[in-house]
Amino acid sequence: MAAIALERIRKVYPNGHVAAEDLSLDIEAGELLVLVGPSGSGKSTVLRLIAGLEAPTAGRILIGGRDVTAVSPQERDLAMVFQNYALYPHKSVRENMAFGLRVRGTAPEVIAARVSQTAASLGIDGLLDRRPAQLSGGQRQRVALGRAIVREPQAFLLDEPLSNLDPLLRVGTRAELALLHRRLGATMVYVTHDQEEAMTLGTRIAVMNEGRIEQLAPPRDTFDRPATAFVARFVGSPAMNLWPGTLAGAGGRARVTTTGFEVEVETTAPAGPVQVGIRPHEVAVVEAGHGDAVAQVEVVEPLGATTTLHVAVEGLADGLARVVVPPGTAARPGDRIGMRLPSARLHLFDGNTGIRL
Amino acid sequence: MRRLSWPWQLAAAVTVAVMMFPVAWAVLSSFVPENRLFAPPSLDPSALVLDHYRALFDTRDFWTPVRNSLVVASLTTLVAVTLGALCAYALARLEVPGKAPVLAFVLAVSMFPQISIVSPLYLLLRSLGLLNTYPGLVLPYLTFAMPLTIWLLVGFFRQLPAQLEEAAFIDGASRWRTIREVVLPLSAPGLATTAILTFLYSWNEFLFALSFALGPERYTVPVAIALFRGQYQVPWGEILAAAVVATVPVAAIVLVAQRRIVSGLTSGAVKG
Repeated sequence: MAAIALERIRKVYPNGHVAAEDLSLDIEAGELLVLVGPSGSGKSTVLRLIAGLEAPTAGRILIGGRDVTAVSPQERDLAMVFQNYALYPHKSVRENMAFGLRVRGTAPEVIAARVSQTAASLGIDGLLDRRPAQLSGGQRQRVALGRAIVREPQAFLLDEPLSNLDPLLRVGTRAELALLHRRLGATMVYVTHDQEEAMTLGTRIAVMNEGRIEQLAPPRDTFDRPATAFVARFVGSPAMNLWPGTLAGAGGRARVTTTGFEVEVETTAPAGPVQVGIRPHEVAVVEAGHGDAVAQVEVVEPLGATTTLHVAVEGLADGLARVVVPPGTAARPGDRIGMRLPSARLHLFDGNTGIRL
Repeated sequence: MRRLSWPWQLAAAVTVAVMMFPVAWAVLSSFVPENRLFAPPSLDPSALVLDHYRALFDTRDFWTPVRNSLVVASLTTLVAVTLGALCAYALARLEVPGKAPVLAFVLAVSMFPQISIVSPLYLLLRSLGLLNTYPGLVLPYLTFAMPLTIWLLVGFFRQLPAQLEEAAFIDGASRWRTIREVVLPLSAPGLATTAILTFLYSWNEFLFALSFALGPERYTVPVAIALFRGQYQVPWGEILAAAVVATVPVAAIVLVAQRRIVSGLTSGAVKG
């Protein structure tokens, strides 16, 4: 198992698209690092750079301390699981799994033993003589994992491996992946656009946006202390409420004024334009007229364990705010409610740069 | 599959009849004695004879042109598909500067009227001493066979998912090994289609064969048939018999490979 390091990577595609900009990333040996971000954020590019399928325009890539920037994918000793699995359609499951070992000249007895052992551990030993076309989506996914595991590589690269599975299977496989990571103790780099997958799987997660890493931290930290307004909006479901406002006053007793409400905050940041945010479950619903803001309930979404209210806050123009309340709520569309925004639960971001204050 | 309603069935039957009629007429006539060829047709089997076929192989030595055609068409197919596959892979997958102009140029070459390059090719082949030889036909045939194979195969290679090759690279396979173990097996239908089409074009080619094969020992089938005509008479019976002989292998190949050709031409059209 090896550590992977990206040093000041820049990647510009021939069409001029900048997919990564001055990007540095240290992935520790044995860690499961999740690269998460919206499509086009450059997360898949980072994975392909590590794999050697793309060459960086500038910067260095190290695997296990060795500079592999100019090394071909064949010589990097990594394994990759593709979003569409990329199983060889003309080869049986057994041949699919054996291919990488055969190419590397492993002895046939060793290949046979490792393939059957890996297949047994994944519960696909009954499928070894089938072709990929005869397998279900979940089975193909396991074969793709098996093909990676059997190689015993330096690190695993996983490119949205669960996105082609149906939702039920996805949650089950997600847990199995977490178990697998613990059992193998392997370095894994995992790309997804699903923040929930990132939160549940990652030892650390790197939130990417427009070719940059916005925050690299354990999942809990990205949720509790998002480094930028982008991370705040991207991590967590339903997404954090963010409103533009102005910060005034100083000496630890500052006030944020928006067009809809005014709240006290504890901050040492200088006065100026800010974005103020609060997680939907931190908003306390009170009677209209009390609290910090007044809102009208527009949509009620009972989700079972909780209920999400979409509310129009008076004085705030853009869009609906989200409030998570207990399932037994009496709120109906059209009701007017008061919202208390506890100052300890507020997040403040610079109005221009989006950086946490 | 849904059954066609009767007007469509009728239309299909008429279309097939119209298309098959000349072929059927040629096959039938090739068995009719010379003296009755221009009489109203008879389907009486006792009136049918094998005279024309006997004449073809006994007195005319039609085996030589058949052998020549087989050799030339097979060699052309082999060379064109082998070289074409390599070119096509490079154009489809590798970073080649000026890919689009190269492909456009290849297409432009295939658009040349054949007649316009006959004279220069004749002079070229003469100075190379290749007139009236098999290479002297295979090389000119490559001028139309290579554009055909390159264009068809670029299409086939492009529709293979690139991730399969990337998976093979990451598995440690070299570019060559990936081509051998992943790309070629998966493009077998495309290669077969390309080979068959190249073979058909080469088998049917007339102008180059007429110009560059100088003696009967190198005539191909179409040339041989065209030169059956004497100064004073046209042996229609033998011409028809020869046409049947020339068509049979081609028709057999197409019938056997029909499913391959169709699946090759449509593969990748739907996800599957």
